[in-house]
Amino acid sequence: MIVAEQKPLEEIMKSLEGFERIAIAACGTCVTVCMAGGEKEALKLASILELKGKEKNVPVKVKVVTPKRQCDVEFLDDVAEDIQDSDVVLSMGCGAGIQFMAERFRGKLVLPGVNTKFIGVARDVGVWTEMCQGCGECILEKTGGVCPVARCSKSNFNGPCGGSSGGKCEIDPSIDCGWQLIYNRLKELGRLEKLYEIIEPKDWRSSRDGGPRRVEKKEVRIDA
Amino acid sequence: MTVEKSNLQRILEAGHFSVTAEIGPPMSADAEFVRKKAREMAGIIDAANVTDNQTAIVRMSSIAASYLISQEGIEPVVQMTCRDRNRIAIQSDLLGAYALGLRNLLCLSGDHQSFGNHPQSKNVYDIDSIQLLKALRRMKEEQVFISGKPTKKPAEFFLGATANPFADPEELQFIRLHKKIEAGAQFIQTQAIYDVEKFASWMEKVRKAGLHKKAYMLAGILVNKSLKSLEMTKKVAGMRVPDGLVDRMRKASSQEEEGVNIALELISEIKKIEGVSGIHIMAVGWESIVPTIVERAGFLPRPKL
Repeated sequence: MIVAEQKPLEEIMKSLEGFERIAIAACGTCVTVCMAGGEKEALKLASILELKGKEKNVPVKVKVVTPKRQCDVEFLDDVAEDIQDSDVVLSMGCGAGIQFMAERFRGKLVLPGVNTKFIGVARDVGVWTEMCQGCGECILEKTGGVCPVARCSKSNFNGPCGGSSGGKCEIDPSIDCGWQLIYNRLKELGRLEKLYEIIEPKDWRSSRDGGPRRVEKKEVRIDA
Repeated sequence: MTVEKSNLQRILEAGHFSVTAEIGPPMSADAEFVRKKAREMAGIIDAANVTDNQTAIVRMSSIAASYLISQEGIEPVVQMTCRDRNRIAIQSDLLGAYALGLRNLLCLSGDHQSFGNHPQSKNVYDIDSIQLLKALRRMKEEQVFISGKPTKKPAEFFLGATANPFADPEELQFIRLHKKIEAGAQFIQTQAIYDVEKFASWMEKVRKAGLHKKAYMLAGILVNKSLKSLEMTKKVAGMRVPDGLVDRMRKASSQEEEGVNIALELISEIKKIEGVSGIHIMAVGWESIVPTIVERAGFLPRPKL
């Protein structure tokens, strides 16, 4: 999933200053699962904002809408009415959702309510960790299913740097050394010989370095 | 076409035990600072490594400082990390370095920028150190860039890489050493050695795999000026400093003298180990001690080839 984290309340309040009719758009998919911008978080934020408004004698009215996904236009149509009634929209979707809301509701100011972090997994209750950078060309078959691009701090392709110690990354002892994980996995699988292969320089065009990317699936295109 | 070999390469190929040291460029544009350090070591060592923004702290560039020391009669070993430059910048800078007459190159991943004085920066890591070694070997052998496009006058460096005999997991680190040599490393500089026993058993593995015959193994020695410096070294990830040495330093009447003694003892033990081709002395911030160490270790005069 896309993992995000709610922005600090002060930052959100500052960006909403001067607006009285606010729509908070939660998102029913990734950010719900990672507890950053689902309906629950949006409702909580709405009551805080209304309360803070009262403290300042400003009649702040907050409406919460939760499209199933902000990254699909059909779900945005469902919430169009509530959005149109507001002065401003605080989107709690990921960066894609926020931008797509802004595209769909041209006349509205759409503000971000979360910081989008990474593609990751729920590692533990309340803990998410990064697993993929969306580099566009998966090499997990060479590395025992552990990604060196996302999980080595230096994205080393050919083994750990000298700073790996006790299985941890030198930059932070709470981060596992990606290459230790690759080694453990390949050892378990009896495929350590894989590590002798020199992995060639990556073609980063498949990643963001080739410019903003687009995926097209011809067979489902109607007018293609 | 024959390539003019570096002094370091000639010394190693002639079977001499090489002595190299490290020069850290200043956090300024002060050329005289670099020249002065070089003059202190001229005639004392065979070559000096010039670090590339070590610990991710912004300093004068390794190539520029290397050129300055070469003018003072010291042959530099340029360092190039993969942290700050993509393959375009790396190849471009190295063509420039070679054109300036610099002939030795040490390829490194580079310390992560979070350790330095610009932790906010974006890192690059377009290619890693093994890919860099392989690219430069290919440039020499096939006269091509990483892209496969040809160059009429390639940079033909004497290529080096680093190895840490104390880092774990041991097996994986050893595979990495294999790969570095296969990729093109002609010499290997090790992490600083304090635990000679552990280093000797690592060298045994190196010999068993025949790696010392494919690349010159240069043993790293760090010279500590004080107990504090030794204790800090001990804390660095991948360093192995026996407690006994720390105790010795603590009890010493002169810590500077004890630091030198420890370094000399390590050198005398290490140079006896089969397969070790040279010593690399790291006394960053205390470069002025290098002549004393080299002299007292009996390495003078240096061979003139």
